[in-house]
Amino acid sequence: MNKAGERLYNGIVKENPTFVLMLGMCPTLAVTTSAMNGLGMGLTTMAVLALSNLFISLLRKVIPARVRIPAFIVIIASFVTIVQLLLEAYLPQLNKSLGVYIPLIVVNCIILGRAEAYAYSNPPIPSLFDGIGMGLGFSFALTCIGAVRELLGTGKVFGCSVMPDSFVPIRIFGQAPGAFFVLAMLVALQNLIKEKRKKAGKSYEKIGSGCSEDCMNCSDKGCSRRFYDADAGDSRKEEKPAEEKTEQEKSADLEILNLEKEEK
Amino acid sequence: MSELYKVSSNPHIRSKVTTNGIMMSVIIALMPATGFGIFNFGPRALAVILVTVASTVLTEFLFGLYRKKMTITDLSAVVTGLLLALNLPVTIPLWMAALGGIFSILVVKMLFGGLGQNFMNPALAARCFLLISFPTAMTAFDCDAYTGATPLAALKAGEQVNIMEMVLGRTAGTIGETSVIAIIIGACFLILIGVIDLRIPGSYIVTFVLFVGIFGGHGFDPAFLTAQLAGGGLMLGAFFMATDYVTRPITVKGQYLFGIFLGIMTGIFRIFGPGSEGVSYAIILGNLLVPLIEKVTKPVAFGYGKGGKHHE
Repeated sequence: MNKAGERLYNGIVKENPTFVLMLGMCPTLAVTTSAMNGLGMGLTTMAVLALSNLFISLLRKVIPARVRIPAFIVIIASFVTIVQLLLEAYLPQLNKSLGVYIPLIVVNCIILGRAEAYAYSNPPIPSLFDGIGMGLGFSFALTCIGAVRELLGTGKVFGCSVMPDSFVPIRIFGQAPGAFFVLAMLVALQNLIKEKRKKAGKSYEKIGSGCSEDCMNCSDKGCSRRFYDADAGDSRKEEKPAEEKTEQEKSADLEILNLEKEEK
Repeated sequence: MSELYKVSSNPHIRSKVTTNGIMMSVIIALMPATGFGIFNFGPRALAVILVTVASTVLTEFLFGLYRKKMTITDLSAVVTGLLLALNLPVTIPLWMAALGGIFSILVVKMLFGGLGQNFMNPALAARCFLLISFPTAMTAFDCDAYTGATPLAALKAGEQVNIMEMVLGRTAGTIGETSVIAIIIGACFLILIGVIDLRIPGSYIVTFVLFVGIFGGHGFDPAFLTAQLAGGGLMLGAFFMATDYVTRPITVKGQYLFGIFLGIMTGIFRIFGPGSEGVSYAIILGNLLVPLIEKVTKPVAFGYGKGGKHHE
């Protein structure tokens, strides 16, 4: 598989931002009251994600590591503004139903996460496809959640009635608790499918993107160290000398210990 | 020392009380309320009860088959189904009652690890699920026997209610909540055989009376207070739901705190809330706070000073 295709597959299946990475939960739970809203939110995010990934990747050698987060935010915010103005002009209905969640795309952690974990350290074309892949994965997940909630909560999918007339809508699915139920069930379902396919011998190893470690248990490796290490500079280049240094220190410590033992 | 002692790990003292036995006694204690509900609302009440119990038991059975760990014999599914049915109006469509039963066992209990792991009372969680999902069906108390609002709704609207009928249970309401006498008979049985004690129900009811007396707008008017106590699911909730072993605090102080919290929340829901009833929401909110309450009220072990610090 070539690089671009690999990024797409990674974003949609292996590292699906909603079902696997569990990122961007706020819009996921809030706007998925219908399939249309979910799809709209997903595609809007995808447009911003792809463009911001591309531009951050193009500018990655210019942006200093210390101020990269503000720089990312400025780039992302510009694209969000452009997308919001376009939506207002051409899809006012969608813009109205998504409301405040469009400007909030600026602080969507998927976008910042991909910028930090992938685009900032990879060339433009794979970054663009990483953005598209992640965006498609996000759109797919939101559309699924929206469709299930719309079906159970109102008996429709994409606004068309599909249930028989005797169906009584289960209103809880149109409200906040329903979003949690549906998300949990869909995550469980996709885990079940993956487990089965894993047993059948299909690989679901994540492709290393960024640090490829899980963020929850990340202490000093991966991206978190760049937040705390003020002298990080270009962190990737400095990592190696730092490790060598510690090894030297260790051997020095050992020598001191040995000396102490000999003295005793 | 030639003889070898038998070595085993703790616990060394075993009680004869079993989960099965406790569940059975709760079922027996619920019988007066169930019987009165069927007598009061007619055969349809029996149908609702049977459907709900069947759905909970069947869900537990199927889940047990799937997980290859059968827990159906502990009777807890029967208790959950019975309690849920007693919390439903008699006119509810039977498929809704079955859906509630499936939700209570599958989502609230089994998915969290089965009996003992559920973080809130399954029956009440299912009732709230149904109440949010089908607000009209769940608050339609018109049936053959009674038309019109529940006594609590009438009370909230400022109308007069017949307290004697409320205590006896000849009023509109959910299947099992109407008769205070039937519930008290069951509760006395449970207290006498030691399955529950008065800590949670007592502190719950006393706090509720004080709260309603102070904020209810009628002062400590005995008629109003009695109507508030006898109306709605307060008695059923206080004696049978709040005392659920899994979802109540295990510390003694914590149980009093839990009861006080429930009393205040129920008072707030009833007096300041938009609806006339709030027992089920108050109890599941309290269930969510149980880990916190237990953490705060953890008793200090013998030999340790204040704040759990060891004496030097």
